[in-house]
Formats: sequence, structure tokens, C-alpha cells
Amino acid sequence: MKLAMNWSLALPEIVLACCAMAILIFGVLRKPDPAFSCTMLSLGALMLVGVLTVSTQHGTAYRGLFVMDGFAAYMKVLILVGAGLTAVLALDWNVQAGISRFEFPVLILLSTIGMMVMCSASSLMTLYLGLELQSLALYVLCAFDRDNVRSSESGLKFFVLGALASGLLLYGISLAYGFAGTMQFGELRAALGDPAGVSAGLVVGIVFIIAGLAFKLSAVPFHMWTPDVYEGAPTPVTAFMSTAPKVAAIALLLRALEVPFGHLGTQWTGIIVLVSIASMLLGSLAAIGQSNIKRLMAYSSIGHMGYALVGLAVNTEQGVRGVLIYMVTYVFMSAGVFACIIAMRRRGRSLERISDLSGLATTDPGLALAMTVFMFSMAGIPPFSGFFGKLYVFLPAVQAGYWTLAVIGVLTSVVGAYYYLRVIKVMYFDKAEPAFDARSPSVSFVAGVGALVTTLFFVFPAPLVAAAQSAARVLFG
Amino acid sequence: MTNAAGFPILSLLTWLPVAGGLFIMTVRGTDAVIASNARWAALWTSLITFVLSLVLWVRFDQSNPGYQFQESLAWLPEFGVGYRMGVDGISVLFVLLSTALVPVCILASWDTIQTRVREYMLAFLVLETMMVGMFSAQDFVVFYMFFEGVLIPMFLIIGVWGGPRRVYASFKFFLYTLAGSILMLLALLAIWLYAGTTDLAVLMHTPFPARMQFWLFLAFFASFAVKVPMWPVHTWLPDAHVEAPTAGSVILAGVLLKMGAYGFLRFSVPMLPDASQSFAPLMYALGVVAVIYTSLVAFAQTDMKKLIAYSSVAHMGVVVIGIFTFNVQGIQGALFQMLSHGIVSAALFLCVGVIYDRIHTRDISRYGGLAGRMPAYALFFMLFTMASVGLPGTSGFVGEFLVLVGAFKVSLYLAYLGSFGMILGAVYMLYLYRRVVFGTLTRDDLRGILDLSPREVAIFAPLIGLTLWMGIYPTSFTAFFDATVSAMVQQHVAAVAGTKLAGIAP
Repeated sequence: MKLAMNWSLALPEIVLACCAMAILIFGVLRKPDPAFSCTMLSLGALMLVGVLTVSTQHGTAYRGLFVMDGFAAYMKVLILVGAGLTAVLALDWNVQAGISRFEFPVLILLSTIGMMVMCSASSLMTLYLGLELQSLALYVLCAFDRDNVRSSESGLKFFVLGALASGLLLYGISLAYGFAGTMQFGELRAALGDPAGVSAGLVVGIVFIIAGLAFKLSAVPFHMWTPDVYEGAPTPVTAFMSTAPKVAAIALLLRALEVPFGHLGTQWTGIIVLVSIASMLLGSLAAIGQSNIKRLMAYSSIGHMGYALVGLAVNTEQGVRGVLIYMVTYVFMSAGVFACIIAMRRRGRSLERISDLSGLATTDPGLALAMTVFMFSMAGIPPFSGFFGKLYVFLPAVQAGYWTLAVIGVLTSVVGAYYYLRVIKVMYFDKAEPAFDARSPSVSFVAGVGALVTTLFFVFPAPLVAAAQSAARVLFG
Repeated sequence: MTNAAGFPILSLLTWLPVAGGLFIMTVRGTDAVIASNARWAALWTSLITFVLSLVLWVRFDQSNPGYQFQESLAWLPEFGVGYRMGVDGISVLFVLLSTALVPVCILASWDTIQTRVREYMLAFLVLETMMVGMFSAQDFVVFYMFFEGVLIPMFLIIGVWGGPRRVYASFKFFLYTLAGSILMLLALLAIWLYAGTTDLAVLMHTPFPARMQFWLFLAFFASFAVKVPMWPVHTWLPDAHVEAPTAGSVILAGVLLKMGAYGFLRFSVPMLPDASQSFAPLMYALGVVAVIYTSLVAFAQTDMKKLIAYSSVAHMGVVVIGIFTFNVQGIQGALFQMLSHGIVSAALFLCVGVIYDRIHTRDISRYGGLAGRMPAYALFFMLFTMASVGLPGTSGFVGEFLVLVGAFKVSLYLAYLGSFGMILGAVYMLYLYRRVVFGTLTRDDLRGILDLSPREVAIFAPLIGLTLWMGIYPTSFTAFFDATVSAMVQQHVAAVAGTKLAGIAP
């Protein structure tokens, strides 16, 4: 392997870091607090980096620590979209909540850089660095509404548990390093060439790595933090947490398992199958009793990660393709749902109970329609995009003969349909509560984009499927 | 691509209602203006769709057993999935049934629906798109999308505009049918992976291994049996019917119930001949239980809608028996019975709707002696009652008769037990009719009841015409599916014989 520096391959990350710092300086010097212009500048930076990401050459940089390929580009673009939608969502919310400060978009940018590094990580050390950069910015974002007890509690809880997970991950990395003698994915793969000769210590290391990443993914049994953190964090931050970092964690998990340990599938697919089934079950069953919509979405996201992991458990190119498609549909649905939740505001007070949505169909038909689209899509009802996401993860599962996984998956999606339908029932069947405050254009924009993508996905699925296919091929190349 | 119509008619029929729905969404103004515009726009959209669908009636080549009016667009080309549309002898009449019943439903809801008229009409137009799309799909994935998509508007129609227990009924309807159809999704994936395509025209001639057929049949059964609905998974139907608004019941009984039997006929029988053959006794048994048991249950009902709902289960039991006889008479009878039931049960629910609108109860004992006050209504109701019973000269007779002939070829006892349905049907339908229409007028509120309005006559007129036409000259309808059914039966016989030969060979 040619171990050149090739620093230009990381140009998107470098540019984004420079932009983040420049916006930070701009925000500090400019009075009064330029939160709006900083958000707009951040959006510009995200778009610029998106263009750079698509046009950057592919290859390995920093002596094998960093890799830029089709897979990384696909995931990075998705992360940038998720981050951009969240930044738009935060505009109005932060003003209303009295936390409109310029640090918010800057923190989103910094977290995004971490996620992009995660996507490109080609060594366990890069993996850890990216993950920590992402997480630290996210801890601060959770506690961003610092005068609010729930927000601070959520940040603290997330930090303590996140640190624990990072510790587990580091321990796993050290075991893997100790038994394989290297941290780079390519070399790890070569060192572990003979599946029969794998020591138990290395398997333990892999288990710890999976545990650490599953925590970031909020997959069962490492999901405990999710409902509390989702509920406590400011809603735009919850929206952010449920989109971009999930994509990054999935990207990391895919690359870390498929590239260095791909041929050791027999050692780890069992764990992923269990985690996947547990997540699907818990996500669908535990959500039934929720009355707070943010908690509901927390359990829903646990369930969705379970579905995404079905594709990984299969350990084939088609499986990874399924995961990649699933994440696209999930990001747009999730951003849209949170846009609708942010619109739940009556006389300036934000609302979070599901019953607050009562009769939304008469007071705000547009918002109710958008929410309905997201709920049906999350339940996996065609013709919405969520159906195609499920189709593409269950297809490889059936192909590889994972019938148990597939049957449990579809049955839990019926259970899940119950609580999604309940939200629709509250909006359409129940008596109207007083109308919500007028929606801000930014919220309508995100809800509209989400609903359009979700509804019209079925018209042209082919380009996305092709992109996901070529991205998945990279990992198996 | 040959297309007898010269333009993509099936896509037009499928998507035109949604286009009308989008137009309704753009209407602005006061509530009254929106409601009135929504009603007229929905009526015109559905009427135009119906008139367009008559092109299928005229241009359909009855001697061709294969797919016609085909369309094909690349959708997911690398997976062998395409946006393929086409109708054959089995599906063409169901497309027409759907397009014909939707204007009837919209007219039937003209005055009774006063809240959220715009959303109601939108839901009906979306429902029409889903139904027509499902019957015209010539690709399994496209079929599945429409098949499940039907749930969305129907869920809202029952849940928003339904009766007191509408929430329970709508959830039960949705979750029951979703649980069934989601298992079909797995079967769909298995078929897709095995055959490499989801083009139904290809899949019809793809032999599947016997073991695979067994599991595929069970998965299909889970989905279609709930839809039919077959005993013992029929319990969602009475609830859904009772709570749904009149037009919702009409479309549910008229078209949605046909989706299950259509699925059996479209997928299970031609694609899984061996499994269908070996599961046939089970299907006969369930069909006979449905016929006898639900007829008895229907007899015990006090709610008119529930009675007709249970009678639908019984009639669909006859259809299932017909499909699994695997002979021309049985399958033709099943198809004819489906069409006839689509018209007759829809009309019966409309009959219930007429008096429900006036008195606001469906309790049979609250009525009596309507014949004096409502002669026209009594006449119409009687015609549909007779058609439901299967009186010769009405559409109901032809289907049941053919099914019994088909069943007779299979087994004397099957025909014997199946014919119980006709007797018991006469018992509960005549009982219903006598208690509602005849007798003495004792209730005060019934004394002032008005006979049918011109709008209601306009709703019933086409249904009466169809019922008599189908009963008196059934050939105009059977001619559509003659060729297709014969080809299907031949293929089935050949496939089963082939398997037997293979089993005998060393």
C-alpha cells in the first residue's frame, strides 16, 4: 500500500473546520448576537462542503488513516443533508426558546466534521477521534438550553453514559490492537486472514467495539439513554441526534465490521442479529405506552436502527445496500417528524404530549397531512419511502435465508404500525384542541421537503438504489 | 408495445382520480364553497374515469387469454421490477367494477357527509387510484404497493366519518389486514429472488419447487384469507362495516372484499398449482364453514349492516370454494359471484343507508311496514334481496349455480354442503326483508318517512340494470374471462399432472 499523505482527500473536512472557526470568530466579534447570519453562513458552508465531497478524488490519505471512497461520499452527503435540515429547524425554535446564540450552528458544524471523519475512518484511531469530536459537540448541544433543568440533565446523562461507551470502545480497540498488532483496517484484515486462527481475545475486542458503537446507535441493549436524552434535549437537537449521528454511527459500524472483520462474519453476525431483533422488539413494544411524542420518537428510532441492522446482520453487499437506502429514507422521515413536533406550539409554549395533536386535521390540515405521511411511512406502508427502506433490508435477509430475522422484522412492524396509527388517530379522529401558533417558514420548509421526498420516493427510486449499490460495493471491493 | 386503446389507458385510469384529488386540495373559500366544489369535482372526476374505463369494455379482445392494454416503464431495471400495467380477462371487469362503484359512492355521500367534505372526497379518489392500480398491476411489486396502499384511505374513511366505535373498527381493520399482507411481502421477496423478476406474465409460467410452494401458499393465505375474509379471520369485517359510513361499506363490500379472492386467483392458483391442489381440502372446509356458520350468525343479528356483513362472508366462502375447484365452471362461477356480490352487496348497503339516513338506526326491530310508505324503496330492496338469495334471473343465481356445478365435479358432498348457503341465505335475507318492509307500521317516526329521492333513484338505477343484465344475459360478462379461465385451468391441470409424473418417475 502506498502510504502517501494525500491531504487533499480530506479537503471537505478541512474546509468545514475552517468555516466553523471563521463563523465562530465572526459570531464573537459581531454585536448583537448574529445567530441568524451565522446559521445562514453555516448552511452555505454545508452546501459548499457537499459539493466538495461529491467532487473530491477517491483514495487513501494520511498514511492509511483516512480513506475517501464512494461509500464515504454517500454517507457524508447524507450527513450534510441531515445537519442542514436541523440547522434550519433550529432557527425559529432557538428564538422562541430564548437560546438564539451563534454557538449553536458552530457546534452543529463541529459535530458534522466529527461525523465526516467517522465515515472516512480507516483506522481504529481515526474512528475514535471522529466519534469523540462528534459526541463532544453533541453533549454541549444537548445542554444548550442551559437554564432549563431538563436540558442540562439530558446533556449530563448523555455525557456520562457516552463517556462510558467511549471507554468500552477504547478497551475494545486496545484489545484488537493487542491481538492483531495494528490499527489500520487494511492491515487488520490482512493480519486476520485466517478465520480459524482468531484468538478469543480478539473476538472480545470486536464485541467491545460493537458495544461502543451500538451505544451511539442507541440499539438495544445500549439504548437506555435514548428516551431521556431525546425528551430533555431542545427539540432541534433531538432532531439532529436522530438523523446525522445515526447515519455516521451506521457508517462507522458498517466500515469497521465489513472491512477489517468482514471475513470473520461468523464471529459477529450473531451479535448483530440479536441486537437487531432486540431493537425491533423493544422499539415497537415500548413505544406503545408513551404519551410524550419525543419519547415515542426515541423508541421509534431504536426500532428503526433495528431494521437498519437487519441489513448489516446479513453481511452481504445487498445487505449493506439495504442499510444505505434505509438511512436515506429514515433521515428525511425523521427530520420531517421533528419539524412537525417543533410546530407544536401554543401561545409561545412548546408542547410535547401526543394528545396535544388532537384534531390537528381540522386546525392545520397541511401539518396533519405531513405528519400522516411520516407516520405511515415509518410504519412501512407503501407507497411511502419507508416501505422501500424495509423492502431493501428484508430482501437480502430473505436471500441469505435469515427467515427468523425477516419474520420477526415484519411482525414487529405491524406492532409498530399500531402506535404510528395512534398519532394519526389523535390528529384525525379526535376533537379539535385550540389551533397551534402560526408555523414559521423554516419549519414548513423542512416538513415540506421531508413529506415530498417521502411521498415521491417511489417515482424515481432507481438513481438512489444505484448510488447505494455502488457505495456498498466499495466495502466489498 | 401493442395497446388496443392507443394510449396508456390503465395509467390514466389509475392516476386520474389522484389528479382530481389534487385539484380539490387547491380549492379556496368558505367551508360551504369548498364542500360544494369538492363534491362536484369528485363526482366529475369519477364519472370521467368511469367513461374512460368503458374503453376497456369496448376494446378488450375477449379471445386473448393474456394481458392486454399493456404498459411498461423501467422502474428498478437492475432488479427486474418495472412499472408494468395490464389487464387480462380476470382483472378487466374488476377495474370496471371499481370505476363504476366510486361515482355511486360519491353520490351516496352527497348529503350524508357534511363534515370535512374535502378530505372525504380526497380519500375516496385516492382509494379509487389504489383499487384501479391494484387490479391493473402486472408487476408484483406494483400490485403490492397498491394492495397495501388501499389501507390508508379506508382507515381514514372508517375512522373519521364512521360510527361510535369507529376508532376500534378502523384499528382492527388496519392491523388485521396489515399483519396478513406483510407476510405476503416476504413471499414476494422470495419469489423475486427465485425468479429474478416480478413481471406477473413471467411469474405465471415459472415453476416453483414444491417445498417453496408450500410456504408461499401459506404466506399468501395469511394475506388473502384476511382480505376475503375467510372464517376464522373474518371478525374485522362486521366491525368495519357497522362503523363505516354508508359509502365506505359500499366500497368495502363492493371492491375491497374482492381483493382477497382476486389474489387467490391471480397468484395462488396459477403460480402455486401443487400447493393449491394439496391445500384445496382445507380451503373447501373453510369455505363450507364460512357458508354455513356465518349464515347462521347472520340470522342472529339485530343490526342490518352486521347481517349483510356476515352474509358477505358467506358469499365469499362460496367464491373460495369455486376458485379451488380448479375447473372452468367453478372458477368462472367464482368470478361471476365476485362481480355479482360486488354490485348486490353494495346495493344492499345503500338500501340500509337510505333508511338509516332517515331514522338514524340500523336496528331491525325498529322498522316494519315500510312497504306502504316507501313503495319504490320496497321494490328496489326486494330486487337486491332476491339477487343476494340467488333467484334465477338475477346476477346472484348465475355465480352460485356455476360454483355448485364446479363443486359437484369435485365432490358431491362439497356441492351439497355449499348449496346450504343458498338455503340459509334465503332464510336470513327474507327474514330481514319481511321484518323491515312488511308487517304493520307501528312506530310513529316511520309514519312520516319519505320514499326515495331522485338522487337516490339515480344511484340505484345503474345497479338494478346491472343486476338484471348479469342475471338475464350473463354471457356478456363471462365472455370476458372465458379464454383466460380456460387457459388457467389447462395450465393448472398440466402442472399438477407434471408433478404427479415426476413423483412416479424413479
